[in-house]
Amino acid sequence: MKPQNEMNIIFDSRSSNEGFARSAVSAFVTQLDPTVGELNEIKTAVSEAVTNCVVHAYADRIGKVFINVRISDNSLVTVKVRDKGCGIADVKQAMEPLFTTAPSEERAGLGFAVMQSFTDKLRVRSSVGKGTTVTFQKRLSCRVNNV
Amino acid sequence: MRISNSDDGITVCLTGEIDHHSARAMRESIDAAIQMKKPSVLRLDFSGVTFMDSSGIGLIMGRYRLMALYGGIVRVINVPEELERMMLLSGLNALDITEKRSEQFETAK
Ligand SMILES: Nc1ncnc2c1ncn2[C@@H]1O[C@H](COP(=O)(O)OP(=O)(O)OP(=O)(O)O)[C@@H](O)[C@H]1O
Ligand SMILES: [Mg+2]
Repeated sequence: MKPQNEMNIIFDSRSSNEGFARSAVSAFVTQLDPTVGELNEIKTAVSEAVTNCVVHAYADRIGKVFINVRISDNSLVTVKVRDKGCGIADVKQAMEPLFTTAPSEERAGLGFAVMQSFTDKLRVRSSVGKGTTVTFQKRLSCRVNNV
Repeated sequence: MRISNSDDGITVCLTGEIDHHSARAMRESIDAAIQMKKPSVLRLDFSGVTFMDSSGIGLIMGRYRLMALYGGIVRVINVPEELERMMLLSGLNALDITEKRSEQFETAK
């Protein structure tokens, strides 16, 4: 589907950018007049995906995080969070609730479960040594058509 | 964030957004207080939390383990409605550390 509106941001995988990333996506999506709940769900999903880039993808270095947000069909939001980090060997296992490779850092292994639960559709593509792309989609209960 | 002492333990009023970035400083101050006082109860008050991702769950679980080392317990109180889904997803309920709304009401009276 051809997007009606699109935005891209690229930033360093520093933990101080986690708040920036979810606020930026949230600000872009606000033009669709989402409910407070919908906005909170998108912010949370973005926060999970970006934190995974900071914590896992670029565990021992700073790399770039790429976010692409598309609005289509007046109410469909598609968010892509991409990194060029270490990649995931077994995506299916990684997506299982409570699975984590970083228990010592107090990770709960809930990131993917949260993204799954807070959005309508989640897809993860990864290649070891090349990076990971997490894509999620959410249909908003749009009250206005003003894109 | 504010930490206050009572007879039986410590109450921590968490404020603002809890993510991987902010959780670090919260963890350090809470753990310093636990280590100093070795309280029997650690109350984590979420009433001032405006956003939380799974890092908040890691923060609770980590404190739960630390308190268990001293034979103490954790109580999670005043969870705002918009954070309830995250708490539910985490399976924290199984630990029975989150106070129900009715109990919260009891305490408020
Ligand atoms: N972008 C990524 N690059 C490399 N590995 C990743 C990436 N995202 C996730 N992973 C792997 O998948 C596992 C599960 O991720 P998930 O977000 O569900 O849990 P977590 O990050 O370990 O814990 P939490 O999100 O609760 O803090 C991670 O422990 C990590 O091994
Ligand atoms: Mg995660």
